[in-house]
Amino acid sequence: MKIAVCVKQVPDTWAEKKLRADDSTLDRESADGVMNELDEYAVEEALRIVEAGEGEVTIVTMGPERASETVRKALSMGADAGVHLVDDALHGSDALATSEALAKVLSGRGFDLILFGSESTDARMSVVPAMVAERLGVAQLTFAQKVTVSGGAITIERATDYGYDTVEAATPAVVSVVEKINEPRYPSFKGIMAAKKKPVETISVADAGIDQSVIGASAAWSAVVDFAVRLPKAAGTVVTDEGDGGVKIAEFLSAQKFI
Amino acid sequence: MKLSELPEYDDLRSGVRQICDQFPGQYWRDLEPDTYPQEFVTELTAAGYLAALIPEEYGGGGASLTEAAIILEEIAASGGNPAACHAQMYVMGTVLRHGSAAQKQEFLPKIAAGELRLQAFGVTEPEAGSETTAIRTKAERVPDGWRINGQKIWTSRAMYSDLMLLLARTTAVEQCAKPSDGLSTFLIDMRQATGITINPIKTMMNHNTTEVFFDDVIVPDDALVGVEGKGFKQILDGMNAERILIASECLGDGRFLLERSVNYAKERVVFGKPIGANQGVQFPLARAYAQLRAADFVRLEAARKYDAHLPCGEEANMAKYLASEASWAAANAAIDTHGGFGFAAEYDIERKFRETRLYQVAPINNNLILAFLGQHALGLPKSY
Repeated sequence: MKIAVCVKQVPDTWAEKKLRADDSTLDRESADGVMNELDEYAVEEALRIVEAGEGEVTIVTMGPERASETVRKALSMGADAGVHLVDDALHGSDALATSEALAKVLSGRGFDLILFGSESTDARMSVVPAMVAERLGVAQLTFAQKVTVSGGAITIERATDYGYDTVEAATPAVVSVVEKINEPRYPSFKGIMAAKKKPVETISVADAGIDQSVIGASAAWSAVVDFAVRLPKAAGTVVTDEGDGGVKIAEFLSAQKFI
Repeated sequence: MKLSELPEYDDLRSGVRQICDQFPGQYWRDLEPDTYPQEFVTELTAAGYLAALIPEEYGGGGASLTEAAIILEEIAASGGNPAACHAQMYVMGTVLRHGSAAQKQEFLPKIAAGELRLQAFGVTEPEAGSETTAIRTKAERVPDGWRINGQKIWTSRAMYSDLMLLLARTTAVEQCAKPSDGLSTFLIDMRQATGITINPIKTMMNHNTTEVFFDDVIVPDDALVGVEGKGFKQILDGMNAERILIASECLGDGRFLLERSVNYAKERVVFGKPIGANQGVQFPLARAYAQLRAADFVRLEAARKYDAHLPCGEEANMAKYLASEASWAAANAAIDTHGGFGFAAEYDIERKFRETRLYQVAPINNNLILAFLGQHALGLPKSY
């Protein structure tokens, strides 16, 4: 089975993120880049599927040059090869443009299964997997907490608020995963050493046959007009309960228009 | 906090960090005073880091010494204590270089797989510290093997090891041309041997060190590693690797202490400004940084020479000397910067302060390094 895993480099979840003053996009220099956490689960699931049967896992990413660190990390976990779409023209792309670019990179490569983390920790929209599936014209199986591969069929448990739905589709298909699905492995020492020798194909927008007019900030369907730095937290109000604590809380909530 | 920019090792550093992140300061504090970090060692072993120096043909990582040095540095820089497991990395070197094909085939794959632990290295004795050739533990020929009697001290991790590499006298010193003759190395399977008693020694840091008694311990013929009588030379040529790796741990300690101190000095406001604005706080940190950078350059050069199979005794010794002095400078600056909080266990400064102090004394005393440099690098008369 030929599996692609789409991964994204995001700013470290715990870092204080900044926006750039010039074009209001994320200042990627302001924080360390890490692999989006949910994408690690997608990589792990792909490796488990291949280890239980056979096949190969290709890591696909779109992002600036340093996003290659994330590709290498996935290779050190055990993936076989990488494709890195890197081009200044992609800067400022929204979800629609991202899905268009990824679909162009993915199509024609014969993938049976395309895995995603169900959302990224920076944008948190959860829409790219579905958009990519739509653009490729293949089934979308999203929010998987369990994936079973049997012949040409993919069955997932789709996590819902009330439990899960069992959803099935024929390959090729797009699957996005949630963190309940597995426990991602650490890269081993041998994995890290082996990753240095694995092939990573670096391609541009032109190489991938992507129409320049549908990507980048100028093609985005929304624009950041203005932003402000979050105000520092003000000191809270401390009320000493002298038998009237309940009243004072009610007064506070009322003043803040909560009640 | 970084020292030299070495982008080719960034993946390795982040791989080690990913494991270390699961074992934060609280984990190491809870182990105090003397609990062995078994969970941490198990994880590192499973991910293949402790087998890094074992060649790939025996199932190891086939790493360069530079890579092994980066691994230990990063553990220390994360706040962890690599002393719990560093010997697993390099003690096997003597078996690798001098062991028989059968010994290598028998032990190295199991060590690489984490099935066998070779964490203990029995050399030092109560009456023989730096003067290794004065050891009294002796091994005598008996039918089908050797009988060992004697005592070792400061044998770290003996309680958490299956095997011990032991240095013992096999020919009385009076019958030898020089004191370094007549010593032999043995690989002892402590799970099978009888007559071994191990007593833990309480120390000021969590180091799991012990004293070990050998009372008529019988080991088979094939426990002898390499050539009878050549044991001293056989362990000596592993020493350069050990020096470089210990230097790397010091550099990691220094990075940890300095990073914590710099952050604290920026945030802690006294008399209306961050304390880091005061030269009395800033300069010791800057001095420690310069010392760490310098030690790092020498460490990398030592490792480069080692990996290129060039003589590196001088650089390896200087690396260990400079790095242990630099981490100690960082430790003192860290205590001064943190003030009272430097002594509070919760800040991990006092723990690192205790842990890094060891390396001016062990595995070789810094004075002995100076004596080595004076005599061999400068051609001065022997001073001891």
